[in-house]
Amino acid sequence: MSEDAVLQVRHLKKSFSIDGDKVDVLDDINLDIKKGEFVSLVGFSGCGKSTLLRIFCGLEKKNDGQLLLDGKDITGPGLERGMIFQESRLFPWMKVEDNIKYGLTKEERKKLGRDGVANKVWEYIRLVQLEGFEKAKPSQLSGGMQQRVSIARSLIANPEVLFLDEPFGALDAITRMGMQDEILRIWKENKTTMLLVTHDIDEAVYLSDRIVVLSPKPGKVKKIIEVKLSRPRKRTSIDFSEVRRKVYQQFFDESNMDIEYMI
Amino acid sequence: MKKKFVQSAISTVKALIVPALLIMIWQIGGTQGWIKTTAISTPAKIWAKAVEMIQNGSLQKNVLISLRRVAIGFAIGAGLGIVLGILLGTVKKINDYLRVIMDLLRPVPVIVWVPVLILWVGIGEKTKIIVIAIGTFWPVFLNVMDGVMNVDRKYLEVSTIFCKSRGETIFHVILPAAVPYFISGIRIASGNALMGVVGAEMFAASSGIGYMVTFYREMNQPASMMVGVILIAIFGAIINMMIQKRARRPNHE
Repeated sequence: MSEDAVLQVRHLKKSFSIDGDKVDVLDDINLDIKKGEFVSLVGFSGCGKSTLLRIFCGLEKKNDGQLLLDGKDITGPGLERGMIFQESRLFPWMKVEDNIKYGLTKEERKKLGRDGVANKVWEYIRLVQLEGFEKAKPSQLSGGMQQRVSIARSLIANPEVLFLDEPFGALDAITRMGMQDEILRIWKENKTTMLLVTHDIDEAVYLSDRIVVLSPKPGKVKKIIEVKLSRPRKRTSIDFSEVRRKVYQQFFDESNMDIEYMI
Repeated sequence: MKKKFVQSAISTVKALIVPALLIMIWQIGGTQGWIKTTAISTPAKIWAKAVEMIQNGSLQKNVLISLRRVAIGFAIGAGLGIVLGILLGTVKKINDYLRVIMDLLRPVPVIVWVPVLILWVGIGEKTKIIVIAIGTFWPVFLNVMDGVMNVDRKYLEVSTIFCKSRGETIFHVILPAAVPYFISGIRIASGNALMGVVGAEMFAASSGIGYMVTFYREMNQPASMMVGVILIAIFGAIINMMIQKRARRPNHE
């Protein structure tokens, strides 16, 4: 398939055994993510989208198929792949700056020296616009700010691909929209390839170049929808609704869509 | 600020009413002959005895001896507890081999070790220190191991994703996450240490607070005996207060 793909997924399969029974979670997943692309994975809960992400970042093992990053097999976790979870997963005993510093390897820290590390941490604090909160403990920050620290911690490791597992799912609607703009800004500034798992169709349409719709039991790629809207996107525009309708169609059949129109 | 001070003063006064009443009843009952003073003396006599013992220095001497034993025993027990707790909590394989021994030794009451140790190492300082160390070891060890083994998987996944080494994960994630467990272990251990020192001194000693109590009972001096009992109570309360203050300090969150 395409030559410029950063991440290639070929016939990927995953099953869990629950009480001795084999349950297929993902079946024959094929996917190409291009360098610098923003791709969303959407699907009903239980379609294995989070599991797929966990396999990508090395927290779960695949059962079958191929998973390539820059043409190389992915077998476990790697620093070229970052991950943002729904919860910020910051260490509550570390200050914001120490949490971000945790994203650097021991070798990098040694190489950069004390001042170098401080400068680098500062650079990422600025990227996520948390100047003035370096010395704060995570519990002193709002949910959105905590998630920004978590993003800084991931990006300081300079990953090629950043996986985001419903990163804004726990935030209130207003904060969530703010964070969506934030992640777009960071994406443009850092040019990191992003792969987002979400159940929020609006979020997917607002952020992505492409939307991958997964169908459940077992998880399969149902449809890939290109979002050819110019940026910055307007959530209220007619084009936006048109794309959203296309995605909705993948979830509900046409008869239900009529009701959706009436609303 | 001032309001807070007044409030805490009021609550202190409230807390002291009942003890003060009891002491008064005790004193009056003793002088009126309602209470057998040959068994528990009276507060006034106990106070006089305490002053006398402070003046001749015997009280300080015994207290210092006991404290020294507690300090050394506690340090050894807690140190071993921390090291072994971390080791057994992080290396599952060791745990498999030692589990049965641990399960057998753990429920043995500390005081049982006193006669055993007298036989093994004699009546010297060692016996008392080892008894305290044993009493301190178990709660620290078990809590640290528990804390280390029960670190939230979510934190460990972060470590995995950043490709951290085992050592880095232990020092930066597992140990800090286990601190609350460690503190509760220390809290239980300090109570055990006090019990250990008093118990050991009652069995096998010629000095210390525990020895004071048995010695004066044998000498038939209830007032002096009660000085020892009250001293032990005060020490227990002080240790408890110190630890509670420390534990309330938010080291997590």
